[in-house]
Amino acid sequence: MDLKLLDVEPSEAERVVVDLFTGMGRDQLLPALHAVNDRVGWISQGALNHICRVLHIPPAEAYGVASFYSLFSLSERPAKVVHVCVDLACQVNGAKALCDRLTDELGPAGAKSGWLRSPCLGVCEKAPVALAFEAGEVAREQLLAPTHAGEVVEVAASGPSHGHEGRAEVPQAGDPGLRLLKRVGVVDPESLDDYRATGGYQALRAALVLGPAGVIREVSDAKLVGRGGAAFPTGRKWAATAGQPVRPHYLVCNADESEPGTFKDRLLMEGDPFAVIESMTIAGYAAGCSKGYLYLRGEYPRALHLLRNAIARARERNFLGDDIMGQEGFSFDIEIRRGAGAYICGEETAIFNSIEGFRGEPRSKPPFPVESGLFGKPTVVNNVETLVNVPLILTEGCEAYLRTGTAGSTGPKLFCLSGNVSRPGVYEVPFGTTLSELLDLAGGVPPGRELRAVLLGGAAGGFVRPDELDLPLTLEDARAAGTTLGSGVVLVLDDTADLGSFLLRIAAFFRDESCGQCVPCRIGTVRQEEAMARLVGKRPLSTSAADLQLLREVGQVMRDSSICGLGQTAWNAIESALDRLGYAREAS
Amino acid sequence: MTIVEIGLPKRLVEFMFDGEPVRVPEGATILDACTAKGKSIPTLCYGDTLKPANACRVCMVEVEGARTLVPSCSRKVEPGMVVRTESERTQHSRKLVLELLGSATDLSTTPHVDEWMSACGADPSRFGPPAPPSEDRDHRHPGEHEETDGQTAATVRQPTKVDNPLYVRDYGKCIMCYKCVDACGDQWQNSFAISVAGRGFDARISTEFSTPLPDSACVYCGNCIEVCPTGALSFKREHDKREDGTWNEDAQTQTTTVCTFCGVGCNLTLHVQDNEIVKVTSPHDSTVTHGNLCIKGRFGWQHVQNR
Repeated sequence: MDLKLLDVEPSEAERVVVDLFTGMGRDQLLPALHAVNDRVGWISQGALNHICRVLHIPPAEAYGVASFYSLFSLSERPAKVVHVCVDLACQVNGAKALCDRLTDELGPAGAKSGWLRSPCLGVCEKAPVALAFEAGEVAREQLLAPTHAGEVVEVAASGPSHGHEGRAEVPQAGDPGLRLLKRVGVVDPESLDDYRATGGYQALRAALVLGPAGVIREVSDAKLVGRGGAAFPTGRKWAATAGQPVRPHYLVCNADESEPGTFKDRLLMEGDPFAVIESMTIAGYAAGCSKGYLYLRGEYPRALHLLRNAIARARERNFLGDDIMGQEGFSFDIEIRRGAGAYICGEETAIFNSIEGFRGEPRSKPPFPVESGLFGKPTVVNNVETLVNVPLILTEGCEAYLRTGTAGSTGPKLFCLSGNVSRPGVYEVPFGTTLSELLDLAGGVPPGRELRAVLLGGAAGGFVRPDELDLPLTLEDARAAGTTLGSGVVLVLDDTADLGSFLLRIAAFFRDESCGQCVPCRIGTVRQEEAMARLVGKRPLSTSAADLQLLREVGQVMRDSSICGLGQTAWNAIESALDRLGYAREAS
Repeated sequence: MTIVEIGLPKRLVEFMFDGEPVRVPEGATILDACTAKGKSIPTLCYGDTLKPANACRVCMVEVEGARTLVPSCSRKVEPGMVVRTESERTQHSRKLVLELLGSATDLSTTPHVDEWMSACGADPSRFGPPAPPSEDRDHRHPGEHEETDGQTAATVRQPTKVDNPLYVRDYGKCIMCYKCVDACGDQWQNSFAISVAGRGFDARISTEFSTPLPDSACVYCGNCIEVCPTGALSFKREHDKREDGTWNEDAQTQTTTVCTFCGVGCNLTLHVQDNEIVKVTSPHDSTVTHGNLCIKGRFGWQHVQNR
């Protein structure tokens, strides 16, 4: 390709990091942007120009990609910056007061003052949280969780300390009934030997005995469905990909967990990283994939560190690479791809564009990924939690697996409890556990307070009232009750929560995270936020009833005509606040 | 005369179209079927010479069994499909999409949009008075926006970009249909001078770091203007004449002739007003150029009227 490049040159430091990508292709654009951002803290015109020269990408396109992700800056900013989460769980736990204090002490959020507002950082159990970043020869990241204004001010000045201290913990740690979470907080997540000593890699051995078709049969018979929110039968997805004659096939592990209130995949990756790697290997074996990509959201530095280690250890011991576990002809390897701050990249087709070095915009379906996915090849996309169910099925047998849960929703399920709850964290329960039993496990609302509502399923989910807590948590019961389990979010609001601000944040979140490709979502999420602002501020355009009507009409067109799930669900939670909680009832 | 490639004979597939059985050649889209049946469906991002971007969502129709509506411009007809183009859901979607577009974008030079709006009763003003134009749209950071009180409706209004003698870019009129990007990129010109930058409502068509067009990879073929459905991209001559009120399409004649600059033989359509060439386009059904030209064909006509 004959490129016309601007006459600007990179700095020496920029040139050095970009030159490492010499000879590579467009799919290295996101890693190259990360490399510059990590080294310098922002991406200059000269650096982008040099990336384009090295990777042969038209500069306008590379600019379009770089400007898509919120973690990259295309204007100069200091090396040190603290991202302060203002999303749902943090909002409930004092993020606003925190930001007000920071505004007083450091000045308004922005590059100059060294702190930025951030969407959900995925550490909701320790809200409020912040993530400090400092660019340099070795970029540093430090999670502050829970944090307070004093600490943020201090770290904004001193920069983050190095290392990935802290340990993944779950409230039920040590409970012999745990299966998905049995190693989390118990084993050393850096040790392959610990993993093997607790049953690790027995499932892959079993898979190699069963053969690919046998694995797919077991997973299908176990009625495993996707845990990312869409609940699609996993076995059917694998079988459809395995049967495609075109090669190669790809596996994508969707670890772009960006739904506010969701942090279960982070706990799995931090507490049991080898399980994620083994599960991906089994899926790759079953669906005939020679390569897997683990697409990890950019805000999970500790998971990144532990997964990198796990992949390296697995390679050393021939659990990845060629002829895995001595099985001649079975080759599989994993590449981690870091996201860079874009909720939409968790959409199964947006992931492909992001990995390929294009803007993370969803593709139209059909064609579906099983037929034409990553690089146009047949691709399996599975969420982390879905994948780590597979070793259970293979080691216990599908009969045993089926005994957990209900006929329609089989197996164990992870829920992320956060908000106004006594013991927030990730809980593992069988499908069919009622919401009130789950809340009891987490200690209910703090003493002296009353439950007001539960946001179930995340920002794209819906609200459940205190009188509906006997809802059994299954896919079918949630559907029948007009709600969804979504990504497993159980965000608890008590009588101190400000529902109006909470709903406004949901609206703002969708506006921020829309990719902008289609009109109903790009403009609809803006109009939704504006109408919500009027309702919450009690300043209607004409009457509040008219604003409510507008909201419903905009919500309907987003649901009916958006390209992807983001726009289609951007109105769910607000609609349910109106219909189930009676928010703004006096207005209608 | 237009030469149409007939190609190999195609199987016909039968489906239900607004309650009637209809047969169309395999591979036809729902929109093709509509056109064949004389049914007019509004489209904006659909380009007759481009792959469907299906981003504008104006042409959505209902397909029985589908959870959401589907874009007729890109969804291929399948045997037994039941398609409804005038159901309540379809009409609601069409009306709201046009209202959303009209509330955020200046559609004053978008052909047909007024008639579509009145046909479905769209009223973009019900989202509130438009917010003032912004100066910083080219540099907005993704994932952040200023808090709104909802008293005005955010729009994409911004200053017009006039940075060269041939093109004007008025992105206050841009609906983000992606057609200019596709025409400039791998579908036709392979110049890749422009791309979509930013995200969400702040997404915009941009050169790298929004550098002026003359510093970019633009080769001034004008193919982006050829495909722009809203007038966001226009020829400087047309823009200036509109500004001074002398642009009069009703008084223009169009004559298609052959370009004399080289041996390819591209067709040029000369748009003439008051005995003066005011614009050059090219027929989209030309099997050689499909409506595309180069800078000479598109702009090299001043010598004709050097009198």
